[in-house]
Amino acid sequence: MQYLVSVIDATAGLATPDEMAAIDVFNDRLQAEGHWVFAGGLGAPISATVIDNRGEEAIFTDGPFVESKEYLAGFWVMEAPDLDVALKLAAEGSKACNRKVEVRPFL
Amino acid sequence: MSVADVREAITRAHDEEWARVVAALTRRFGDLDIAEEAVAEAFATAVQRWAADGVPPNPGAWLTTTANRKAIDRIRRENKLDDKQREAQLLYDDDPPEPLGAIEDERLRLIFTCCHPALAMETRVALTLRMVGGLTVPEIARALLVQETAVGQRITRAKAKIKAARIPYRVPSAEDLPARVSGVLAVLFLVFNEGYLATGPDTDPVRHDLTAEAIRLTRLIRALMPQDGEVAGLLALMLLTEARRTARVSAAGELVTLVEQDRGTWDAALIAEGHRLVRERLAARVAPGRYQILAAINAVHTSARDVRDTDWSQIVALYDQLVRIDPSPIVALNRAIAVAELDGPEVALAAVDRLEHKLAGYHAYHVTRADLLRRLGRSQSSRAAYDKAIELAGNTAETAYLTRRRDQLQ
Repeated sequence: MQYLVSVIDATAGLATPDEMAAIDVFNDRLQAEGHWVFAGGLGAPISATVIDNRGEEAIFTDGPFVESKEYLAGFWVMEAPDLDVALKLAAEGSKACNRKVEVRPFL
Repeated sequence: MSVADVREAITRAHDEEWARVVAALTRRFGDLDIAEEAVAEAFATAVQRWAADGVPPNPGAWLTTTANRKAIDRIRRENKLDDKQREAQLLYDDDPPEPLGAIEDERLRLIFTCCHPALAMETRVALTLRMVGGLTVPEIARALLVQETAVGQRITRAKAKIKAARIPYRVPSAEDLPARVSGVLAVLFLVFNEGYLATGPDTDPVRHDLTAEAIRLTRLIRALMPQDGEVAGLLALMLLTEARRTARVSAAGELVTLVEQDRGTWDAALIAEGHRLVRERLAARVAPGRYQILAAINAVHTSARDVRDTDWSQIVALYDQLVRIDPSPIVALNRAIAVAELDGPEVALAAVDRLEHKLAGYHAYHVTRADLLRRLGRSQSSRAAYDKAIELAGNTAETAYLTRRRDQLQ
């Protein structure tokens, strides 16, 4: 079972060197224990472009699809047998990156 | 067999077997929704069949067999999905049973799943009352004073989340157990408190249906986890509180404070049972948690035949102990109420006033201030505090009591 662990940020700041170091330690552990699938940090919301190609031609819109104070700053995709394990890992991830996270299961 | 006998047998089976059968089916079919529906159908069938054929010798086994059949019927009906897809929909459950003392009861899995921390508190309450308590959706809606459709949705969404996010159907590991038990107890305490100081404008001031249900479920958990001190503590706390229920509201419908209650009307059997549990925890010589300390405080109150015999120094000492593990302003407020009896209202008022910035929106803060100010002869300030308390109080009997008190001020 895979879970998306989204990192929620409202500070508009990049991870500090201390936070990066803690995230590295956490990622190593995820890999060693077989929970690692993928992870990445994202550029700030101002770097986003929304594309709608449902009509005749693609429309490009500058900026994120929702304007909000909190935004997605990065994510993990984790392998876990159930939500209890995913929640525990997510709690450690939140500690490591020093931000709130959200857990959602993949279908 | 008379209609009344059958009805009584159904009621007893419902009390004793509902959670057990739901838990067994959830384990077998890996799906709370299938289990809930099949068990409800089995009880509906029992109402007809037992009236015609008589009550079976083992009602629990009859209900389990019938519910199993109903579940299999439903799965066959819905068997449009191939086996693999259906398997993926089943609740996750492949871990070996956790050794938990000598007891491994299916109902524990059910309780821990319904009270999972990933579910909102109000959802846990509704789901626990439905799955473990066996209350119908309309009954839960009445209990929680919300619309039936809202309760139905809450339960449906919870079942969907449990399935989609794979909330496991199991007893938590030993390391997680204390935190998870405390989550279960919080659900039961919430149900009990809503019964004991009901907040609705049109409900009875004390809702015996809710307090009784909370006690029944706590007794069940106590039977399943007899070694857990906090479970014993919460049960004792509920029993010692419930024992005073009939003395708590006057014939005129006013709340009667602990100090003014007719102690002769307290339920001696409930008090004896509560005291036994408190003594059992004292004998265990393990540092008590908050429910055990609250139970001990209530044991001191219920030990005094006359309010003047109350051992207030012991009560303050117990509150000191409670403050150390739970430094919340509400605990500090209750401690101050006991301090008023020991050191006088002036000392207590100073302590209460220090809580203003945290408790200004809490009715009990103003109730306490009003009473202390009244005892100090400061009528004008007392009246203002009563006004504020009446404005914030949600319980009809309490409002009636506070209004009379205010109007009696000189």
